[in-house]
Amino acid sequence: MPIQSKAVGLPLSRVEGPLKVTGGARYAAEYFQPGMLFGVVVPATIAAGQIASIDVSAAERFAGVVKIFTHENRPSTAYRDSKWKDQVALPGHPFRPLESDRILFDGQPVALVVAESFEAARDAATLVRVHYLPEESHTDLMRAIHTSYCPPIPRAKEMMPPPPRGNAQAAFDRATNRISADYRMDGEHHNPMELFATTVLLGDDGTLTIHDKTQGSQNSQDYVCNVFGLATETVVVRNAYVGGAFGQALRPKYQLFFAVMASLDLKRSMKVEMSRREMFYLTWRPSSFQTVSLAADREGHLQAIRHHAVHATSRYEDYQENVANWSGLAYRCDNVELSYEIVKLDVSTPGDMRAPGAATGVTALEAAMDELAYEVGIDPLELRLRNFVHRDQNQDKDLTSKALHACYREGAARFGWAGRSPEPGSMRDGVDLVGWGMATGLWEASMSPAEAKVQYCANGTVVVSAAASDIGTGTYTILGQIAAECFDLQIGDVTVRLGDSTLPKTGVEGGSWTAASSGSAVQAAAKAVIATLLKHAGELHNSPLARASADEVEVAEGRLVLEANHQVGVAISEIMATAGLSSIEESAEVGPDKALARKFAAYTHSAVFVEVKVDSELGVIRVTRVVSAVAAGRILNPKTARSQILGGIVMGLGMALHEEGMIDHRTGRIVNHNLAEYHIPAHADVEDLQVIFVDEDDDKASPIGVKGLGEIGIVGVAAAISNAIFHATGKRVRSFPITIDKILESEIRQ
Amino acid sequence: MRPFSYTRAQTVQAAVQALASDPQAVLLAGGTNLIDLMKYEVERPGAIIDINRLPLNFIDDLPDGGIRIGALVTNSSVAHDERVRTRYPLLASAILAGASPQLRNAATTGGNLVQRTRCYYFYDPATPCNKRQPGSGCAAIGGVNRIHAILGASDSCIAVHPSDMCVALAALGATIEVEGPAGRRDIAFSDFHRLPGDRPELDNTLQSGELVVAIRLEPNHFAVHHTYLKLRDRLSYAFALVSVAVAVELSNDRLVDVRVALGGVAHKPWRDRLVEAEFAGVVADEEAFQKLAERLLSGAKGHGGNHFKIPLAAKAIVRALKQATSGRLQDQAAKSVQ
Ligand SMILES: Cc1cc2nc3c(=O)[nH]c(=O)nc-3n(C[C@H](O)[C@H](O)[C@H](O)COP(=O)(O)OP(=O)(O)OC[C@H]3O[C@@H](n4cnc5c(N)ncnc54)[C@H](O)[C@@H]3O)c2cc1C
Ligand code: SF4
Repeated sequence: MPIQSKAVGLPLSRVEGPLKVTGGARYAAEYFQPGMLFGVVVPATIAAGQIASIDVSAAERFAGVVKIFTHENRPSTAYRDSKWKDQVALPGHPFRPLESDRILFDGQPVALVVAESFEAARDAATLVRVHYLPEESHTDLMRAIHTSYCPPIPRAKEMMPPPPRGNAQAAFDRATNRISADYRMDGEHHNPMELFATTVLLGDDGTLTIHDKTQGSQNSQDYVCNVFGLATETVVVRNAYVGGAFGQALRPKYQLFFAVMASLDLKRSMKVEMSRREMFYLTWRPSSFQTVSLAADREGHLQAIRHHAVHATSRYEDYQENVANWSGLAYRCDNVELSYEIVKLDVSTPGDMRAPGAATGVTALEAAMDELAYEVGIDPLELRLRNFVHRDQNQDKDLTSKALHACYREGAARFGWAGRSPEPGSMRDGVDLVGWGMATGLWEASMSPAEAKVQYCANGTVVVSAAASDIGTGTYTILGQIAAECFDLQIGDVTVRLGDSTLPKTGVEGGSWTAASSGSAVQAAAKAVIATLLKHAGELHNSPLARASADEVEVAEGRLVLEANHQVGVAISEIMATAGLSSIEESAEVGPDKALARKFAAYTHSAVFVEVKVDSELGVIRVTRVVSAVAAGRILNPKTARSQILGGIVMGLGMALHEEGMIDHRTGRIVNHNLAEYHIPAHADVEDLQVIFVDEDDDKASPIGVKGLGEIGIVGVAAAISNAIFHATGKRVRSFPITIDKILESEIRQ
Repeated sequence: MRPFSYTRAQTVQAAVQALASDPQAVLLAGGTNLIDLMKYEVERPGAIIDINRLPLNFIDDLPDGGIRIGALVTNSSVAHDERVRTRYPLLASAILAGASPQLRNAATTGGNLVQRTRCYYFYDPATPCNKRQPGSGCAAIGGVNRIHAILGASDSCIAVHPSDMCVALAALGATIEVEGPAGRRDIAFSDFHRLPGDRPELDNTLQSGELVVAIRLEPNHFAVHHTYLKLRDRLSYAFALVSVAVAVELSNDRLVDVRVALGGVAHKPWRDRLVEAEFAGVVADEEAFQKLAERLLSGAKGHGGNHFKIPLAAKAIVRALKQATSGRLQDQAAKSVQ
């Protein structure tokens, strides 16, 4: 690798940025074809029960309507559940749109109206009359909590709590300093800018070209082929641009099913786009209830940790995430007992939402750690330092790296943590109470199987391709940077093609693993190209590289040279001309290193420091400053990386103060299903955010030293904010979001 | 949304006539509220009368030193008008506390007065709502009602009027000029919006076929001592949980004239002149403010989710009075409460 990279590590702007801001980047709903049809869904208005009858006659008569699909006339599809299970399906029965007259959740699609125009479909949809036989619905987690259970089929082994270690109960009972607290979180709803949409373009030969909003084109392709019994060659799925996803688009959504179903049935191209309201009925961060008990000795050394986590799931699938295990991992402690259960409610299946599990569980743990710091009487940061652990005690493994000390140190210095006065309510700015709080963040650094293809052209340009998805994170850019680095080129010399099921196989874009996985695959493919170049170079007459091995050479300034001595080498143009090649193309596949994984565990870490100001009389909360120091291995692009963390912080701010799906539990229906009443932070809520990336060398987490950044930014933020609110006001609000009414109520209680 | 006919009215008389002759007709101004309601199937007009070309986009000085603002002046134009800013800064401030710049650029003075409640259930045709469908019941009572009324509600409806602008107009005591089939008439601001009673479907006292032409404001002495304080679920771009418009005339630290209007707490901007009168001549101190708040909220009643609004409103009233009497007006661009 060249020492002085022209690409990797530079704060380059996103290569597709100009396209996005000029409207040139087309999203799934932005493909048109003359004669195509449009579908609009009719959502159910009860949460549990049965459809007694559906009257579509008025809607059918509406000008432009072509067909109305209901459970009574839905074309037949795959019978077995296995056919409906996508790559990241959950234990249980996958939802099948229009399968029967049963209503399982509020907003469930009960009809698809297909018309010659979107407007006609939308207007006719309001004329569909559904007569329901409602049954009593249960949507309140707290009222159903006694029905919680351990998921009988784990979504993944790692998500299950490890067996207890030591004796947490006994150690807790013995300890001098103890806290035990309950934390509640309301459900949160994904609201990326781009709505779920699918456009199906029907070819003359019957093939389907599908533009889908998804985090995995091949996952959508498999799903469509399985459900509708189509041959893989006849279905292409594209997701060139994705307008935000954060986990919501990991699993295929019903608009994909509907668009394909109607297209096949009517033999026309189709488009189905959801409304903002429909976005609230899918893949949400489940409401949760957690109890965390911590005990420490007088110096603050943890003696016992108990963490019990419960969250909601649907009647038909067991959604699971890793909520509690972080508590056995974050700090040194020999007596740990973790438990995790779920509760069936009359809701749609929850799903992954940025840092699923950690955003919930670490918030409770880190809020509890703050409570413990006050109980012991030491600084919250000091408490974390005293319990620092450089080992995964849950799995009894070494860590690939953990530069969290540096996060604490650099974050605290930038924030000015040393100037904190510990007493709650002791810092003021006029009528505002000032609070400083902090929290640790952690997330797993994983790799998933990924392939990539690299094509080196004789004119010195490179094409990279993979079926990976860029959900707005900068994947196009960083993959281009990696290829540019391998061939000592500028990023402008590299074209990156993503988001197409015909490209080299890549799993869904999630878990913060894309940079590490696809990035490593691109590097491996580039190395394969270089090996091929070397082979041809060796065939040259009097080749100076005849004896060189692949790991001794690299590309510099258009020449294949010895790494140790750039004077020795051959121009690539000469190699290719002599071999009669206009381009060289190689593929590579990477995946988790199983041998390494047996010995090492890999995590990203962060330290989040927050300043809040709380109006002492009115309880108005402002987050005035956030410093997030992150250790995530090698940073490929400080600009896109920083944007990821900034976005995570803002989402954490929403989790702490704003986001709340409100359900009328009498009917089980979500009432605030629009962006006027479901609050996310506005610009005014976002003040001074600072991101630090600390140095962290990691040669094991992934071949390119990258750990991934997609989720770590949100973890710990809500806890740090709630801790800062306590420091400002002396009030512990253990229910998220912390809205002004809860601040007032805690005052009345005290 | 259903098909509807569309006409663009060229004169006020033509608009009135079109409106009066068709019970299915509605007026379209900025459309920021009406179009949303049509998409949600809450409003299903058969005819749209676009009034945007009517000659009602003016801000005129009145001979008595007052001001007259046409119904089609956008919220932004009112807020940034130099005369409004110097003579009626409370109005400018309240408008700037509302919505977003984009919405204020489109929203009109008339539309802001006549905009409808943001009650969740009102927006969802699948739920009972006496305002949307008289006689169907009120889902908010016993439901999710943290944004609902604590004053003046009835058993039929506990919705609130969502406007910020109107809270300032209530404090300033505006007059609304309307034109209908029977000609022009004036409506005192306090008589314009209604309490729900057993007719929650009626938000205001406009008669059928009537259109808002303008609002008038008298000259006043409130340019120094006033404030608009809005508390909401985030720092911008959210409707008021509680808001307070205060206009005060002070003399030797005593309240000569004190006006307090509340937003986000009732079916109309809430003012109680009797309570205000009790405080004329009283020394402007915290104790008086506390009492005033207590008196104003004496009839307040929560419905479960919105109990918190009662203490919140009391605190907000006190703070707003402090702001206004000390001349430390709430700056709507500032994030902290002053
Ligand atoms: C997301 C969002 C956030 C918002 N936040 C706030 C906020 O924080 N504070 C706030 O105060 N407002 C807020 N608003 C509301 C906004 O102020 C109103 O939508 C706007 O003032 C309505 O004006 P318009 O001209 O667009 O009315 P339109 O939508 O055109 O009309 C609204 C109603 O008024 C009637 N109407 C219009 N003009 C006249 C007239 N001259 N005479 C008689 N009837 C008439 C129409 O027939 C219709 O019934 C928000 C709106 C949205 C969408
Ligand atoms: S409060 Fe009023 S608007 Fe809301 S549901 Fe009840 S009747 Fe309808």
